[in-house]
Amino acid sequence: MSYLPKPKIHHPQLPKNALGLTRRDYEGSLSTLCAGCGHDSVSAALIQACFELDLPPHRVGKLSGIGCSSKTPTYFLGPAHGFNSVHGRMPSIASGASAANRELVYIGVSGDGDTASIGIGQFIHAIRRGVNMLYMVENNGTYGLTKGQFSATTDPGSKNKAGKANAYPSIDLVQLALQMGAGFVARSFSGDKEQLVPLLKAAIAYPGFAFIDVISPCVTFNNHEASTKSYSHIRRHERPLVAADFVPLAQEITTAYAPGERVAVTLHDGSTLHLRKLAPDYDPYDRAGAMNYLQRQQTDGAIPTGLLYLDAEPMEMHDMLGTDTTALNRLPMQNLCPGAAALDAINAALR
Amino acid sequence: MSRLAKVNEFVLRFANVNGTGSASANGLVARALFRMGLPVGPKNIFPSNIQGLPTWFEIRVSEAGYTGRRGTVDLMVAMNGQTFAEDVRSVEPGGYLLYDSSKPLAPELRRSDINFLDVPLTELVTREFANPRQRLLFKNIVYVGVLSALLNIEPEVVEQMIGEQFQGKEKLIPPNIKAFQLGHAAATERFACPLPMHAERRDAIGDRILMDGNSAAGLGCVYAGATVAAWYPITPSTSLVDAFSAYCEEFRVNPDGSKRYAILQAEDELAAIGMVVGAAWNGARSFTATSGPGVSLMTEFLGLAYYAEIPVVLFDIQRCGPSTGMPTRTQQPDLLSSAYASHGDTKHVLLFPASPKECFELSVQAFDLAERLQTPVLVMSDLDLGMNDWLSEPLTWEDSYVPDRGKVLTTQQLDDGVQFYRYLDVDGDAIPYRTLPGTHPDKGAFFTRGSGHDRLGAYTEDGAKYQDNVDRLRRKFDTAATLVPDAIVERQPGSSSGVLYFGTSAEVMPEALDALSAQGMELDALRLRAFPFTQQVHDFIAGHDTVFVVEQNRDGQLRALLLIEGNLNPAKLVPVLNYDGMPVTADFLVRSIGAHLEPVRALAMGASA
Repeated sequence: MSYLPKPKIHHPQLPKNALGLTRRDYEGSLSTLCAGCGHDSVSAALIQACFELDLPPHRVGKLSGIGCSSKTPTYFLGPAHGFNSVHGRMPSIASGASAANRELVYIGVSGDGDTASIGIGQFIHAIRRGVNMLYMVENNGTYGLTKGQFSATTDPGSKNKAGKANAYPSIDLVQLALQMGAGFVARSFSGDKEQLVPLLKAAIAYPGFAFIDVISPCVTFNNHEASTKSYSHIRRHERPLVAADFVPLAQEITTAYAPGERVAVTLHDGSTLHLRKLAPDYDPYDRAGAMNYLQRQQTDGAIPTGLLYLDAEPMEMHDMLGTDTTALNRLPMQNLCPGAAALDAINAALR
Repeated sequence: MSRLAKVNEFVLRFANVNGTGSASANGLVARALFRMGLPVGPKNIFPSNIQGLPTWFEIRVSEAGYTGRRGTVDLMVAMNGQTFAEDVRSVEPGGYLLYDSSKPLAPELRRSDINFLDVPLTELVTREFANPRQRLLFKNIVYVGVLSALLNIEPEVVEQMIGEQFQGKEKLIPPNIKAFQLGHAAATERFACPLPMHAERRDAIGDRILMDGNSAAGLGCVYAGATVAAWYPITPSTSLVDAFSAYCEEFRVNPDGSKRYAILQAEDELAAIGMVVGAAWNGARSFTATSGPGVSLMTEFLGLAYYAEIPVVLFDIQRCGPSTGMPTRTQQPDLLSSAYASHGDTKHVLLFPASPKECFELSVQAFDLAERLQTPVLVMSDLDLGMNDWLSEPLTWEDSYVPDRGKVLTTQQLDDGVQFYRYLDVDGDAIPYRTLPGTHPDKGAFFTRGSGHDRLGAYTEDGAKYQDNVDRLRRKFDTAATLVPDAIVERQPGSSSGVLYFGTSAEVMPEALDALSAQGMELDALRLRAFPFTQQVHDFIAGHDTVFVVEQNRDGQLRALLLIEGNLNPAKLVPVLNYDGMPVTADFLVRSIGAHLEPVRALAMGASA
């Protein structure tokens, strides 16, 4: 059950990161999701990514809405403050949290119901606003907690467990994110940790709005042959485009790259993002090209994964607002309150 | 024909067409009278429209200090052909009507018992100004000049104010002065000026200021140290955020241009309050401003903030509901929907300002209370107070003010071994401690959620633990009753009846109570300033046979709140309800309360005779 903490006893020889923390220090409570749920694999990937990034766990705000996916912040980064808000409204919480304190790292976890239906307005406006966060959708194409209704990302014709076919077109969240101007757009698969972990690392470090759509099969309601969000369907139709690896500032590059076209992108803080093209005809810097490509692939039933788009010069919300570089919640009162003399002058002007 | 002859006690009304620039001209008249040392009560009565529909502006001038709406008109400036007949009807017998006589007036529009003051305003501006836009705008300034002569408004005062108004756009000053003088000369030529009804300079203002409630509240947020405002535009609350923005631009911009504040215009009210919740969770003083329809949308998050115990400040500038109602008319109709906003058992702290000074002070207090209590606090203003200028005591500030940030544990306290459990009632006041995200590497993190949680902050579906938590929240509301601003009570010796009111009804209450007193009906008065009700409110009701509950809504929502929370005899609380969208008048209160009290008084006098 979600309120049961994991036992903290672990092997003394576990590898440690630069902060002297082990991977287990990034874990959360025991999961209450169904055994085999893709979301648990995503939590594990996040734990791995944060561990490898040497993130101080308590400097992370983990935010979510409502639904199976939104339960998952309980299952990673126990030492971080979490916020399980209301259905579809995580982006506004993240926007306000970021406005108040730009010095923390924000990881928002959502689901396809939470983002593509009830929360679609807040989702697209958080992108438009450039909130500096990782926004991740654990996309299983079904409403798990209410027992298997179609969601807005369920593909047309895709059948539910009872055999009924979905009549409506689906919303492709990566295309939507591209359209709205997200600076970092990726898609991955919960069962592909090798691809997902580097993508998460790059997205967390990205100084702007980073979106990852993770296909994360629902083993209880949507993991059967007719489902387009099942493990077997994804494995058959996945088409990797661009692999990404992220090397934080001042860390020695040790990652070995397979041969192939490769490019290094330096972000504002000096960190480097290495991209390796898997599909020779794909350009991850071309937003319009990416949208075209994704639409063509969608028609073919393919599921392109990897880093789909990258803007190396993003504008985030605080750049647009022109906010003080110090977190607003740390500004002392004397820098905020104009004082009695100024008030006297205001009174005088009102006479 | 009789002519009203009054000095410093009259009502001016302007009938205009929305979008013709009349508001600034009419405001000029109000402020000029104010600068002559006269108490004024200006009211802008405007449509939900940008251009073309009728709009009125009313100025109560009262040396006696009664600035509330009186309800009748002594001098009408009738500049709207659409409403002309109606405007003619609204003038008191013996009163005056100033109109544009450039076109002849139809005989059926005349009234023999009022005085028509004909000035060919259009002709005058057409002769003097070539540009059509200027002709439209300066027609307003010309009638200000006419009024100046008719009512003895000192020209030097008006001319100085024109100079102030166009500071930075100096080339606009001479043509405005010219238009003003044109009107002044035209009136002097045509009429014996001033009229028997006019203004004379007095010293009846003291150090008071003329300010609208929304500006005062926005300024209060600056002084309180609020750094995050999230909002969605809605009349009549928008000017509050505009004021916050303007004052922040004045006081909170660093030399390098960076800002010590963030204003987020959200995509809707749901997101606006969500941003406030997110910012407050992260330890910034943050607020939103809205009106009834916005509160409807915000109730989901208000429930979360109540249950997860997050400080939120919300300004509800109330207007006529339900639904879209009359968006630009005033009311006090959101008491119940705000006090119990959201599903489940919720109770929210409400504050009721009654002047710009209180808008300023209660907005500061709202942040202190929200953080002390870790709960939403709603400041319940309304359109009348928010968007109209009010005569107010000057705003005051103690530089020694230290914000009450409530029970927030620091890194040091956690290192010193303070045991932290999010929802534990450590101090017996039902207010738990909290920590801010990022405070400590391994102590102090907790999970904020709207689902069931126990004293330690852990998720639970255990009925007893849930009940323990919601019982503590109820007790926290009892603590709130000891912290909110107390009521203001005025007693008359031996009175067994009282009147209980709040917010903008305060503007007319002195006039109403004086008039009732003159008729032999003495009432004690209690002005409520907060929900939950303080002990003084319960005592006041207990100490009177009859309590008139004055409010500006149809259903007597305050009376209902008193009955729900106070376990009182309903017969004791007599509703006095004004809800036509216009500010309540003293006359209405005198009639309503008098009708109830008069038989009692007559009976008592009969018995004693």
